[in-house]
Formats: sequence, structure tokens, C-alpha cells
Amino acid sequence: MAPKKRVAIRNHSAEANLFARRTFITFIGVLILSIILFANIYDLEVNSYQKYQTRSNSNRIKLLPVAPNRGLIYDRNGVLLADNKPVHSLEVIPEQVDNISASLKEVSLLLDISQEKQDKLLKAIKSKRRFKPIELYSRLSEQQVSLFSVNQHKFPGFFIDARLKRYYPFADLTTHSLGYVGRINRKDSIRLTEQNLAEDYAATRNIGKLGLEKYYEDLLHGTIGHQEVEINNQGRVVRTLDYTPPVSGQNLTLSIDIELQMIAKRALSGKRGAVVAMDPRSGEILAMYSNPSYDGNLFVHGISNKNYQKLLDPKNNRPLVNRSVQGYPPASTVKPLLALTGLEEGVITQSTKFYDPGWFQLKGLKRKYRDWWAQGHGWVDLNKAIEHSCNVYFYNLANKLDIDRITNMMEKFGFGDLTGVDIREDNRGILPSVEAKRRRYNQPWYKGDTISVGIGQGYWTVTPLQLAQAISILANKGQIKIPHFLQATSMLVTSDNVNETSSSDKANTTSLDNMTVKMITEMIEYEDKPPIILKDSKNWNLVLDAMHNTAQKKVSAFKGSRYDAAGKTGTAQLITKKQDAKYDAKATKEKQRNNAMFVAFAPYESPEIVVAVAVENVLDGGGGANAGPVARQIMDQYFGDREIISKDKSQHPMHDNIYQQNIKQSHNKDVGAQ
Amino acid sequence: MRSTGQDQQKYRTLWQRLHIDLPLLSGILALMTLGLFVVYSAGGQENAILIRHIKRISVALFVMFAVAQIPPLSYRKWAVPVFILGLLLLTAVLLFGHVGKGAQRWLDLGFTKFQPSEIMKLVVPIMIAWYVSQYDLPTKISRIIIAFILVLIPTLLIAKQPDLGTSLLIASSGIFVIFLAGASWKLIGICGGLASAFAPILWMFLMKPYQKQRVLTFLDPEKDPLGSGYHIIQSKIAIGSGGLQGKGWLQGTQSQLEFLPERHTDFIFAVFSEEFGLVGVGVLLTVYLAIVMRGLWIAVNAQHAFTKLLAGSLTLTFFVYVFVNIGMVSGLLPVVGVPLPLVSYGGTSMVTLMAGFGMLMAISTHRRFHA
Repeated sequence: MAPKKRVAIRNHSAEANLFARRTFITFIGVLILSIILFANIYDLEVNSYQKYQTRSNSNRIKLLPVAPNRGLIYDRNGVLLADNKPVHSLEVIPEQVDNISASLKEVSLLLDISQEKQDKLLKAIKSKRRFKPIELYSRLSEQQVSLFSVNQHKFPGFFIDARLKRYYPFADLTTHSLGYVGRINRKDSIRLTEQNLAEDYAATRNIGKLGLEKYYEDLLHGTIGHQEVEINNQGRVVRTLDYTPPVSGQNLTLSIDIELQMIAKRALSGKRGAVVAMDPRSGEILAMYSNPSYDGNLFVHGISNKNYQKLLDPKNNRPLVNRSVQGYPPASTVKPLLALTGLEEGVITQSTKFYDPGWFQLKGLKRKYRDWWAQGHGWVDLNKAIEHSCNVYFYNLANKLDIDRITNMMEKFGFGDLTGVDIREDNRGILPSVEAKRRRYNQPWYKGDTISVGIGQGYWTVTPLQLAQAISILANKGQIKIPHFLQATSMLVTSDNVNETSSSDKANTTSLDNMTVKMITEMIEYEDKPPIILKDSKNWNLVLDAMHNTAQKKVSAFKGSRYDAAGKTGTAQLITKKQDAKYDAKATKEKQRNNAMFVAFAPYESPEIVVAVAVENVLDGGGGANAGPVARQIMDQYFGDREIISKDKSQHPMHDNIYQQNIKQSHNKDVGAQ
Repeated sequence: MRSTGQDQQKYRTLWQRLHIDLPLLSGILALMTLGLFVVYSAGGQENAILIRHIKRISVALFVMFAVAQIPPLSYRKWAVPVFILGLLLLTAVLLFGHVGKGAQRWLDLGFTKFQPSEIMKLVVPIMIAWYVSQYDLPTKISRIIIAFILVLIPTLLIAKQPDLGTSLLIASSGIFVIFLAGASWKLIGICGGLASAFAPILWMFLMKPYQKQRVLTFLDPEKDPLGSGYHIIQSKIAIGSGGLQGKGWLQGTQSQLEFLPERHTDFIFAVFSEEFGLVGVGVLLTVYLAIVMRGLWIAVNAQHAFTKLLAGSLTLTFFVYVFVNIGMVSGLLPVVGVPLPLVSYGGTSMVTLMAGFGMLMAISTHRRFHA
């Protein structure tokens, strides 16, 4: 009861006033806090709107790079040399897998992946970043693809990626010119970053590593496309917001004729060596083959260590070496050029004769420089010197010219320098000179050195490609064309203007809504180097005549050819024999036996093709016997059955089956040869 | 008294006879309607979630209506026994409670699980209001200290579960009563000083690592954007990207693409801001303020010190809900688990809140004499 009494005496109005005051104060507090809340939201939604808008978008919008299709590569007749083939690979994003080793084991069981490979994969996975897809198995068979697809739900984080991979249908036949593409490695990505291309390669996995694939990487690669997608918090794509398609790389048409290439391979089979066939009128390389070769496809998928060791094994004759750009002593093949130098410098004339007793001796020196024909050629003039490849004549000539004038002229023919061909494997070789010897060996030049240079020996090395270029210059009478593979580029061009194409055009173009796609082809033009101009242009003919005679009379390989060929043989010694010692191939180590060299061009009157051949370490005979037939087969293929004389390139022959080609067409005598 | 009651019937409207305070109900229904739209959007546009939400709203409205029928002064009879029972249940939770989300909050009664702390949200203000209103106002210091202790016991028991959000709400519900009962400003100053002195002790000895983490995250959410800072960063992005007018209903990318966690529960305000922008926030805050104003009006016009104090405390605690929730979602306060009242999806707290509103309505409509 006591409390009730107390209530009765309580001052209710005072209490009510106190309560009202306190309530008012709390209400003010409520208002202030509300204003703070609102002010904070105002700050977020108005002042910082841009910032949060951007962050919201970067949360949900992702730019997925889409790799462009690499340009295709064709030979001069439209035969596909480098294709893109769909390949299915098994990939994994480690971040999305709970127990990677267990999952990997199960997947391996399903797809029959060996334990050894699993261990390697596991190691690879652990060393890579977790949120990026890692390729586990590069070439799944169709059966494996379907097996995995059915069971995919069991393996979150694992998926099959279908992409186009480079494929070289002619395999080893084209590797030394085409090169190959391979996985972008760290060095590549550093270089791409430096060149500001990293973004353009975001979706690209392979890059040109060698040959034309490397040289024309920028043309072949194309432009990256982007897919702008909306993703949820799991990273799953909800929808596509925008799509910028990639632009395929340009297709390349090469000057190579794959049929000539096949002939080259067959002609060199069982030999180590190289052949380069070139059109002297344009510098187009018609064939370039180095034997042995290897399959560039091996590198596209990442070559296995075992396979790579095989390629490196010396027993397999080092197929990785591109012998068409490797330096060889040119031997007698350069004698016509030396003769030309002599004529140009006025050291000799057409009728200048030297006596060849079988050897040459410098005044005051004991050493005898031997002729290959031990009893000597007797009195020898220019024509005979080239035809018989008389060493003593050229010893005398070189001695009279001295090294500087030789170096000077040979430089003009491109020796000792890059040819400018469009593969980076191009090689300078060694052009002997006083300076070069000092730089290389830190030794002074001796007069005797010049004598060896006179027969294309000594320090001199040239690549078959350089040789082909030099002979082209000679055959062109001084015009210098830069040797090259690339004839034309072509690309699909999309235009949105429908009116541009008439209705008849539409049959040939693919229509995509309002867009038309057209193939635009662009021929590549090459600038010539400044020509070699002789004081007396008749000198060209003197030398060319001598080469013509050589081919017609001395090179049995060209007997009965339908076309009029000119050429020069060469046999390079690789070891220096002791005075008066006789060279015996059978007694010499295989790798030290003579190299056979041969250069030729045809038709003599208006040269269309120059062929340079190098065959290493031959057992029997010299350049004519070993390298000559290679050139002959190439030229036979090149001229085929067509009427020769025409300078029109468009009449180039095509054969249904080159293997049925009859090499010896003895009954079919060439008009020019008679 | 009965006869006067009969007379009063004549002056009463239908709503008063139903013990419904119409302005309050309007505000509540406005928020609930808004809530339906936002829950539908935040819940992935799933009808199932919406239907469950509607069921809970219905239950809550029924509870409010039922509570409103009880004359408020009769709570006093039950204050002490229910308070003691509540403390026992809280102790039981700590001893045998069901562990969920890393905290012991639930008591499994066999047929249902329930959170005793929810009941305490109502019992504590009733208890303190009963205790304080027995004596003259302003309350003497000695009684204030007793009142404080009465508040502190359930607060600490709940904080130990740990449920920082609820203990905060319960502590404030009691403290509001003490404040409204006219605690001297000097005392308030001293308590404020003590509280700030207590903070380091709280930090060092009483807070669990996850609670400390929340505070650290609040101070610098960008430090661990994918971990502990993720919630608040995504929430701020959602709010900020809403801009002035919002992205539109069902168009909020942060919520629809599920970047925002706890979308339909504690972080529903972020969804609302993203989709309705500053304009929507303005409307929402206005409705909340209107409800608070109506609640305080009811408190001021209540006829008894007990009902005044209870009404004032319930109203202000409701505002604490709003302030803490919006404050934490927009990065002003550390993250404590407090829903956005009457909007968030979630059963128990909605029922408790509505029971509180039922009491407010009872206070507003069970009037004994006219002024």
C-alpha cells in the first residue's frame, strides 16, 4: 500500500514536465543522429557516386579477351602450308578445386593419364598462379573429350578448352622456312610488355618462335577482341554486354612452291645439305630446304624432352640447323665472281693466259699450292679456267688482285653480310679481309691467305642463300634483288556498307546481317639494292658465257636438259692436306670429307631460276656429281613441260603428281642446248 | 472506474476500441510494404522467400494486435517474475544453448528454438520502468545505481553469448529509461567518463577476437577487402553506386549479382539504397522519424510515469535499431548484427519489435481518464 500513497502525493505535473524535457532532448538527439545518417548517405551517393559507380561496375563487368585467329600461310600456288586446327585441351583453375591432387587422380583415371605425367602436372600446378587456367593435357582425343564432358560435373574447376592450334601439314618439309609457333614463355612476355603488346596477346598462347612465323608475327597475329560480360560474385558469366570481335591475322602467300620443296627434299634425301632456289628477277625464294629437317608441329604443343634430345643428338645430323643459312666454304662456285673482279679491275682480260703446271708457288716461298688436276691444265684462259675450274689460274688471279680488291667486290655480291631475307636465321658467313682476320684471329694477313681465297677457300664461308643471291646478281648482270619469301598478304575486311557490293558480288562474300566480308589481297613490293655497275658491262657476258659452257660441257647432271642452264661446281676441302699428300675420301673421317657445292641458273638467255646447293661430306666426286643432280631435279620440276623462253611467271607449271615426274627427259632435247 | 470506462466508450473511435494507434500503424505498414519490395529484390526475386516474409509479417501484426489489448499498467505485476525468468533462461542459454553462427543464442525447447534475449528486449525496459516509476522522479542516485545493475546483468549475459547487437539494444533500452526518468546531468557526465575509461578494458579482456576484428575492419575496411572488409566494402559500393535516384527496383547489380552479402537480412538497407538512391533513403528516414515522433508523442501523453518511461524507451530503442543498422551498413559504425527494423527479412526480431509496438499502442489507447 505504501507505494500507492506515495503516488498520491507525487507532483505529477513536475514529473510530466521533467519527462517532456528529457523526451525533447532525446528527440533532438534523434534528429541530429538522423541528419548524420543522411549526411553520410549523401556523401556516399552524391559526393562519392563516381567512385562507387566505377567500383560497382568493375565488380560486375569483366573484359574477357578473345584471341584472334592466326593468319594462314600459303605457298605460291595457294597450297596451305600453315593451318589452324581445333584442338581440345584439358585445363584447370586450381583456385576452384578443393583437393587438387585427388581430383587430378580421378581425372587421370578417367582419361588414362600416366602416373608420371600426373606428378609432373601436380608440380606444374603448384608453381603457377592459382586463379589462372593451367593446361593439363594438350591434345585430347575425341573419345577423351566426350568422356570428360559426360563426367564434367564431378570435377569443378576442370574444363575443356577448344582452341585453334597451328598445324603444318607438310611437317618437316617447311620447317626451316616457316619456322614454328610455340608457347609464349617468360622471355616472350617480357618482350611483349616492353613493346606494349602484352594487352594484345592477353588471350594468345602461342607466338612465332622461328622462321617466317617469327618474322611476320605482327602480320600473322591479328588484333585481340573483347567480350564484355556481366559476372556474379562467383565469377560466373551472367550475360554478355558487348562484344568486339577479334580481327584475324593476315594470311601470307609465300613465293615457295611446295612441289619444288618436295623435289628438294627427295634430291637431298640421305645427304646433309641444303638447297636454295630463287627467282633472280624478283628475289623470290622458290624453294629452301635443309636436310635433315624436323617436324615443326612438335614445338607447337611444347616438345617433350625426349624428342628434343633426339633433335639435339649429333647422331641424328643436327636437324635443327638450317643449313641453307649456314656458312660453307664456297670453293670453286665463286670462281666466276673472282674472274669478274679480275676483269673489272683490269688485272686480266678475256684472253689473259696463265700456265698451269699443276701447282702455284709464291715467289720466295716453298709451299706449293696444288691444282686439283695434278698434271696441270697447261695454258689456261678465262673461259677454260672457269670451265675446268683451274685452280692455278685463280691462284695467279688472286695474287694479282690482292685481298682488298677481292673483299671489296665480294662485298658487293652480298658476302659477309645479311641477305635481308625475311627470316631472322639469316647468317653473314665470313668474308675474308685483312680486317676480318685481325678481328677474328688477331693475326696479320699473309699473301698466302689471298691465294686460298682465290679458289673460295681459306677463311671464306658463304651460306647457300648468299650464294643464290650472288649468282642471281651475276645472272641479273648487277641488278640486286633482296631474297624473300613473302609475296602477298591478304585479309578479311568487314565493311558495314551493303551498297558497296553489287548483288553479283554477294555470291562470293559472306553476309553477316548488314556486314559484308571481303578478302583484300596486297602484293608486297620490295625495293632493290643499288645495282653493281661495271666499267665494262661486256664483262658480265664473258663470265656468264663461261658458266654456260661449264654447265653444258662439264656438268653431266645437266646433260639433256630441256632448258639452257649455266652453272659452276665447287668442291670444298675441309682439312688441309700435307704437302704432296693425296686426298682419299674413304680414308678421311666422314665429317672431314669434302663438301660438294653447286650453283646454276636457267634459262641462260633470260634467267628465271637460280639454284644453290651444298652437300656436306661427300664420299665420291665433287660438286658436279653430288650437288649438280640436286639442282637438275629442281630445275626440271620448275620448268616441267612448259614452253621455255617465256618470261611470264603466270605460266608456272602445276603437276598433279610430282612424284611421277620423270627426271631424265633425255629424249626431249632442249631447243636452247642445240 | 468501470462506470467512467463505460462513459468513455462513447467518445472512443473504432480504432481506439481495437486499441490500435492509427498513425503508428500507418508508419509500420508503410515500412512493411517497402520491406516486401526490397526483400523480394534482395532475396533473388524468389517467391518462396517473399511468402515466408509475408507470413512473418502477419504473425508479427497479430502479436502486435494481441499485445495492444493488454492494459499496460498490468505489465508491472509481471515485471519481476518475468525478469528473473529471463535471467534464468539467459543463463540456461549459456550453459545448454544451441550454437549457431558461432554464438550461443538459441534455446532448444524441443518443439521450437527460441532466443530468450529477444524477450529481454521488452522485459528489461518494463523492469527498469517499473522499478524507477515506483519512486519520485528524478530518481535518486542510489536507485539509479540499482537500475544500472539491473540493466547490466542481462546485458552482460547476452554479450557473453556473444550477441553484441542485442546486448547493445537491451543496454540502451534500460539506459533510456534511466535518462528519461531524469538522471542528473552530472551523473550522466560521470557515466560517460567511466564508459570511455571502460573501453580499453572491454577491448583487452572482454571482447572476443571476432568482435575485435569487426572493430578493426570498421576502422579500415580496405585492409582486407576480400576477407573481413568484404561486407562493408561491398555494402558501401552498393549504396554509393545507387546515386541520387538509384538503379531502379530489381536493377541493383551489387545485390542481384550477389556481390553484397546478407542482402535480405542485415544489409538490406544497402540493397534499398542501391535501387532507390538518396531519394529513397530520404523517404525511408522520414517514415522512421515519423514513427519515432509518434512514439515519443505517445510517451509524453501517457498518463503514468511507468507508461511514459516504457513508451519512451521502446521508441528510442526502435531508433537505435535504425541508427545502428544504417550506421553499420553505411560504414559509420562497426558491424554488429542488428536488422533494419520492419524491413529486414527475419522472424524473431520482427515479432519482438511488433510486440513493442503493441505495447506502445496499448499505452496510447488504454486511457483511464481524460485530460
